[in-house]
Amino acid sequence: MKSILKNLIALVFAAAALPAAAVLNVFACEPEWSSLAQELGGDKVIVFSATTALQDPHRIEARPSLIARIRSTDLVICSGSELEIGWIPLLLTQSGNDRIQPGSPGFLEASQFVVRLEIPKVIDRALGDIHPSGNPHIHLDPRNIAKVAEVIAERLALLDPANADAYKTRASSFRERWQTAVQRWEQQGARLRSVPVVVYHRDFSYFINWMGMREVGSLEPKPGIPPTPVHLADLIERMKRGPAKVIVYSPYNNPRAAEFLSERANIPVVMMPFTIGGTGRAKDLFGLFDDTIDRLLAAIK
Amino acid sequence: MFRVNATALAVAAALGIPQAAHAATEDDLKELREQVRQLKEVYEKRIESLEKRLQQTEQSAGKAEAAASKAETTANQAAVQASSRPVGENALNPGISLILNGIYSNLSRDPTGFKINGFVPTLGEVGPPVRGLSLGESELAFSANIDHHFRGTLIASISPDNNSAEIEEGYIQTLSLSNGFSIKAGRFFSGIGYQNQIHAHAWDFADAPLANKVFLGNQLNEDGIQFKWVAPTPLYFDLGLELGRGRKFPGGPDGGRNKNGFGSGNLFTHLGGDIGASIAWQTGLSYLTTSPQDRTFTDLDSTGTSVTNSITGKSRLWVLDGVLKWAPNQNPTYTNFKVQGEYFRRSESGILSYDTAATSLGTQAGSYASRQSGWYLQGVYQFVPMWRVGLRYDRLNSGTTSIGLVDSGALTAADFPILGGYNPHRTTAMLDWSPSEFSRMRLQFARDYSQLGATDNQILLQYIMSLGAHGAHKF
Repeated sequence: MKSILKNLIALVFAAAALPAAAVLNVFACEPEWSSLAQELGGDKVIVFSATTALQDPHRIEARPSLIARIRSTDLVICSGSELEIGWIPLLLTQSGNDRIQPGSPGFLEASQFVVRLEIPKVIDRALGDIHPSGNPHIHLDPRNIAKVAEVIAERLALLDPANADAYKTRASSFRERWQTAVQRWEQQGARLRSVPVVVYHRDFSYFINWMGMREVGSLEPKPGIPPTPVHLADLIERMKRGPAKVIVYSPYNNPRAAEFLSERANIPVVMMPFTIGGTGRAKDLFGLFDDTIDRLLAAIK
Repeated sequence: MFRVNATALAVAAALGIPQAAHAATEDDLKELREQVRQLKEVYEKRIESLEKRLQQTEQSAGKAEAAASKAETTANQAAVQASSRPVGENALNPGISLILNGIYSNLSRDPTGFKINGFVPTLGEVGPPVRGLSLGESELAFSANIDHHFRGTLIASISPDNNSAEIEEGYIQTLSLSNGFSIKAGRFFSGIGYQNQIHAHAWDFADAPLANKVFLGNQLNEDGIQFKWVAPTPLYFDLGLELGRGRKFPGGPDGGRNKNGFGSGNLFTHLGGDIGASIAWQTGLSYLTTSPQDRTFTDLDSTGTSVTNSITGKSRLWVLDGVLKWAPNQNPTYTNFKVQGEYFRRSESGILSYDTAATSLGTQAGSYASRQSGWYLQGVYQFVPMWRVGLRYDRLNSGTTSIGLVDSGALTAADFPILGGYNPHRTTAMLDWSPSEFSRMRLQFARDYSQLGATDNQILLQYIMSLGAHGAHKF
């Protein structure tokens, strides 16, 4: 009994000592930010993603396992713009961790650093679950990733000055590789210009804007409200008059409504990776955009 | 200009050939042809270069247009982003949310005489709602960060019947402590058990479990301080201590004692984590100790007179709770399942005073001791988006109660009918529909055996709506 207690105490102290170790613990609300933090931090960081591509980041439970994680975190990276409003505030107040409270360097909202789209002029819940600060799904425009990468690199250096040079080097290496990739994607995606697309939720707006595609409808009648038969029937009618070329949805959406519309309106449907881990190829940010563009190009052939 | 001249010349030349052919020699013809060919070449070259220039102009014009439209978009976005930022004093208003709730109830028993046999009545709102249509309690909540050290929350519940507002919760909590520590102070729902900390609008059934009614007076909100520590382990583990005023049941008297120090203490601990990709769980153990002073209740004694009795002594309550949530890949949007249960065990001892107002057989006092328990288990399943069904079973065990006045023969058990042995139980089923995150309609059936010899069939139809700031709910 005594030795068990001793071991337990030793375990608690060992765990308590963890944050003091030479690595930064990064808690990302979404997998795209954990992937970016990994690119920029390398072996100097331990990253954790609170969600996976199979989860709707709007609807996450403030689970005990997440509180346990965020308690010992040095840097929290979220999309922000009210995307995580149903769970992050609870995790923060329950954490007993002053380093990651809003306003401290350990709390970073990525959407604060980019030009947000779809900022509503009228804010009313009758319009659905709208985000007063604009569309929070900013990561599907690679130019936003580049901007956020600079901010994360600066934060890492600020929180871990001993490794500031390493972060600088990694950031410039990432910047170069990313710029080259963005040029390649823009060339590959030239054929997507002006292509009309139907989305499930408005979580592809930044990609659509970047590629110059046209969003002509969404399966959700209003943001956050699941597809209804009436709305789908209306969408089918609209597709008869002005058909879209492709329907897209995310891995966390139920494909049924998308497939239904696809069959009735004879429009190809594509599951996009949406974020890291959404498809087998989307293992990192480069794979995410490669796969997204290839899937769309294959669909509109 | 050149284009017209060249065309005219070419036409003239072309027209001239047939006429000249008669008179001219073959050489002349050849020369003429050569001239025309040269002329044509020059003309084509000129046209080509002009077309090129035109194209270039068009291209740059297009580019300028694109740039202009891009600039316009950016300007628009900047304008919208600027305007979306609230300005002035209102920008720092706390987040405000409002809960509206209304109910239709159809009860086979009159709710005004509601009691739970076998247990000391708890005062407060433990009975079912009034029959027919009624407005439930409206909840008004304000919360915001106060500064970088504190966050503040006020939740007022407005009761429609007596036009009074009650402070359900009003507390501050720390933001700037580290190493897993946090402190809450003010009035807050005690961290005892699982359901007690959850606001009524987020409950999975329209009413509280029977055990929460008899052991915590429906829901215990204490004035006090809570200290909590979260362990730095991957498995969630916390420890908490609450020191309170003891302002209401199971403490008391109502409003708390007139003394320095504390009237109640609560120790709690939780353990929680994930199992695989789809299951999350949490379990807790808590111990609440209070010293009820003059806890009064009315009962009908053996002469049929309504008398007021009171208990003063010690009350100790243990609660073991557990909750398990399943959602495929932790994505609860489409289907999810939640099972929750709590086991309560209470022992009380002290002095029981009979007929304190001396309206029947005269005031008498003797010892009092009881050991009682109760539990509930409930499951809620979302089978398609927006729709959930739930089933709950409640059971209480009145256990052993010894009353000194009865044991000594001064009075009989018939003088304390409410404390007579009885095991209340209840079965509840519900169906609810939530068209969005902010609205919910619920239909609930219950067969309630809380009262000795009386079955209450309850049908409740309820709406719960939330307006304003998006709330975050505890696990």
